[in-house]
This record gives sequence, structure tokens and C-alpha cells, in this order.
Amino acid sequence: MEYLIGIQGPDFVLVAADNVAASSIIQMKHDYDKMFKLSEKILLLCVGEAGDTAQFAEYIQKNVQLYKMRNGYELSPSAAANFTRKNLADYLRSRTPYHVNLLLAGYDETDGPGLYYMDYLSSLAKAPFAAHGYGAYLTLSILDRHYRPDLTRDEAVDLLKKCVEELNKRFIMNLPSFTVRLIDKEGIHDLEKITSGAK
Amino acid sequence: MALEDICGFKDTPVHRKLKKSGRNSGIPLQFFIPTLPNSVPFNPRPSLPFSPSNHSVTVSRPFPLSHGTTTLGFIFQGGVIAAADSRASAGGLVACPAVHKITPIHSHLVVTSSGSGADCMLWERILAREIRLYQLRHRRCLSICGTAKLLSFMLHPFKGTDVCVALTLCGWDKEVGPKLIYVCSDGARLNGDIFSVGSGSPYAYGVLDRELRWSLSKEEAISLAREAVFRATHRDAYSGNKVDIFHITAQGWSQRKREDLKEEYYRDMERRIMFT
Repeated sequence: MEYLIGIQGPDFVLVAADNVAASSIIQMKHDYDKMFKLSEKILLLCVGEAGDTAQFAEYIQKNVQLYKMRNGYELSPSAAANFTRKNLADYLRSRTPYHVNLLLAGYDETDGPGLYYMDYLSSLAKAPFAAHGYGAYLTLSILDRHYRPDLTRDEAVDLLKKCVEELNKRFIMNLPSFTVRLIDKEGIHDLEKITSGAK
Repeated sequence: MALEDICGFKDTPVHRKLKKSGRNSGIPLQFFIPTLPNSVPFNPRPSLPFSPSNHSVTVSRPFPLSHGTTTLGFIFQGGVIAAADSRASAGGLVACPAVHKITPIHSHLVVTSSGSGADCMLWERILAREIRLYQLRHRRCLSICGTAKLLSFMLHPFKGTDVCVALTLCGWDKEVGPKLIYVCSDGARLNGDIFSVGSGSPYAYGVLDRELRWSLSKEEAISLAREAVFRATHRDAYSGNKVDIFHITAQGWSQRKREDLKEEYYRDMERRIMFT
């Protein structure tokens, strides 16, 4: 029922997540933020079982910040993604695995922008675009069709809006609004929320 | 707690059995419910395909646990209102018609509870104890957000077991003002302006979502809360009897006298007769 999407451009990563926090059939919150800021240029988007999401994401967030405090420099997005995956893998065969699906988006000074797809079985893949949730079934083909590696920021936002339009048209759940953020060499920027109009 | 100390009850902590997983090692011992050495180890999340099959036996219950409730809380210009019904149901039986589902924790924090009655009572006591200990150790009151986080972390080891608590912390923070946080034994922790929890919550949301406004006066807010609980108890079989309403402001919480909802029902009948 939750939806995450990420699109990587030549010098930025655009990410969006829906804003619904649900408990069985009730929307408990309409403005819930599913993105966790790991550092100045890394965002972790996290969906999955209630409780596991915030618990795991905050654990990763605090550990990344601890690394910076101890060593004086920040983890790169690739290192943060691999650290996250290692934690997921370690708990996978314990008695208390974390059931979370993640997208990690970041900008590295040397490597440029990066989008990493991780799922609850602790797989990790660096991808030019990715999505999580039932909505991914509807939108991955749109991304396959229209994605180019040299997208401008406006084109990426338009592609994102196409995906949200498709969800509003065909997805059975009402997802009224999406938080959108963009990461580039300047840092993390909040873009305008995408709303479907019907509140 | 106090009784335990007086009796000199020595517990064997559950967490020794969990040492291998490493996940619970950061949590202090007192957050675990003590069990006797020969009792059943709890079996976290047995439904996942890759967890080892634990040969623990689930204890069969003599009667269905109490779960039905309508509780709600919302923030408006005059502070925070917390309201709840007073019926404890066990399956189809009204186990108790006069339960207190809203419990004060300290002068500026009140907790509404839903889920299993026994679990809620226990966890409210544990929370009150931990908040008081924090206050004594650090010479300041823990913020409402901090209280919610503490409660959420205390409940986390019991995720996947039958512990079922869904609490709404309604309080006033000196720095931040009115706060409303929903904490549940699944691990969810949500900050918001309006929450309703329990089997009657969809009905309560129906009334609240239409009529709640920031600018309500105190009397209007209280009557809205009473109306929402009334409509929920009317439709939901597992909620009913009386309504408790608490109002929390910067000066602390104040409680209204319990009202029997059958008075509200007769008032509603009269209103309908007047209109037809």
C-alpha cells in the first residue's frame, strides 16, 4: 500500500514517497514523512512493517552520524548502502528479522549521484531508477519507456508526475500526496509536494 | 514492582535467552517482564518462513481477551482533549462497564489505552515508573516525544508476541505546547493532531473529520468529543456505557465527571423529534 520511487539523473537524484501512515483500513496520518536524512547528501526511504521501518531507519541514521563523529568525515552513499545491507543480512536469519524495503539516494563528490535499491531479503542493487510497493508494478514500465540517463531536473519531475498520474488512475488505494526531494552537490532540496487534488 | 521488592521476588531475566541475537542487548534489564525459570520462552514472529521452528507452546486462553474500545484525542486552540468509552469486553461479554481507559501519568500527560486491558494497565504502570525515575535522576520532566520514544523502545522486544497495546499520549510540553502521539505494540509511533483508536474508531473519525476545527471553543470541543464517542458506541457493540473526557492545557490536566451515554442517546432522540 506504500510507494517509493527514485530517479537518478546525470548530477542529481530525485526521490518521492507517499505520505500515508495506515493501520489496517484507517489512514492514521496524511502527512507522514518516510524519508530519513542520513547525512547532508544521503536520504534513506523506508517502507515495510510498522515499527520495523522507524526502528531500523533510525538505527542506520544514528550509526552513520556516529561514523562522522568518530572519523571526522562522512560515509559515502555506496558505503552507507552496503552498511545498511549488511545489517539487514545479519538480522535476516535471526529470530527477529526486519521486514523493510528501502531506497537509498545520495550524492558523492567523486562518484556523483547514486540510487540503491534494497529489499527485506537484504538484496542490494545500484539502479538508475527504482520503485517499491504495489505501485511499482504500475510505474516501472513507465520508467522503462521514458527514462534517459541525461534527464534534466524538470524532465525528471515530469516523469515522476506521469508515474503519480498512473497511480491515481489505476491503483486501488488512494494516495493523496507525495513528498518529493532532490539531492545534488548542494545537498538535499525539498520540492513541492505532489497532490492529487482530491483530499 | 513495589510488591515484588517487598516479597524479595528474584527473577530470571528473559534476556539471557536472547543474548545470541544481539538485538536486545542494549535494552536495560528492567524493561523485561520477569518470568520463572521453567516457563515458556516467548516466540517472536513464528510466521516468517526462515525463522527456526521454536518448540514453544502457546498458552491457551480461558476466554477471549478484551479488545473493543473507542478512544480519541485531538489538539485544538484550547489544548488537548482526550476522550474514551468505559466498556471492557471479552468476546461477547461486557466484562466491566466502568473501566478507566484514560490514565494520568503526570500532571501534564494523560494516556488513553486500547487493546488488551491487562497489557495496557501493566504498561501504563511501567511507563509511569520510568518517567518518575527519569525525573528523579535528571531533575527535569522528560518531553512527550521522549516519553513516546521510551515507551516504543520498551515495547519493541515484545513485538510478534501477544502483547497488544495501542496508547495515545496526550500531553502538554513546556517548550513545544500541546502534543499528541500514538504508540502501539507493533512499533508504530506517530505524531499528529487527531487520533482515534479501537474498534469504534472509524465511527469516531467520521464525526471528528467533519467537524473538528482549530478554532473550537473549549465547550464545543468537549461536546464534539462526547458526540464522537457516542456515535461510535452506538454502532460498535464493543464500546459503550460511559464517556470520560480529559482536557489538558499548560496548567495540567482536568477531568470531567463521567457521563452515562444513555443520557446522550435520549438527548439525541429528543433532538430528532424536534426536527421531524
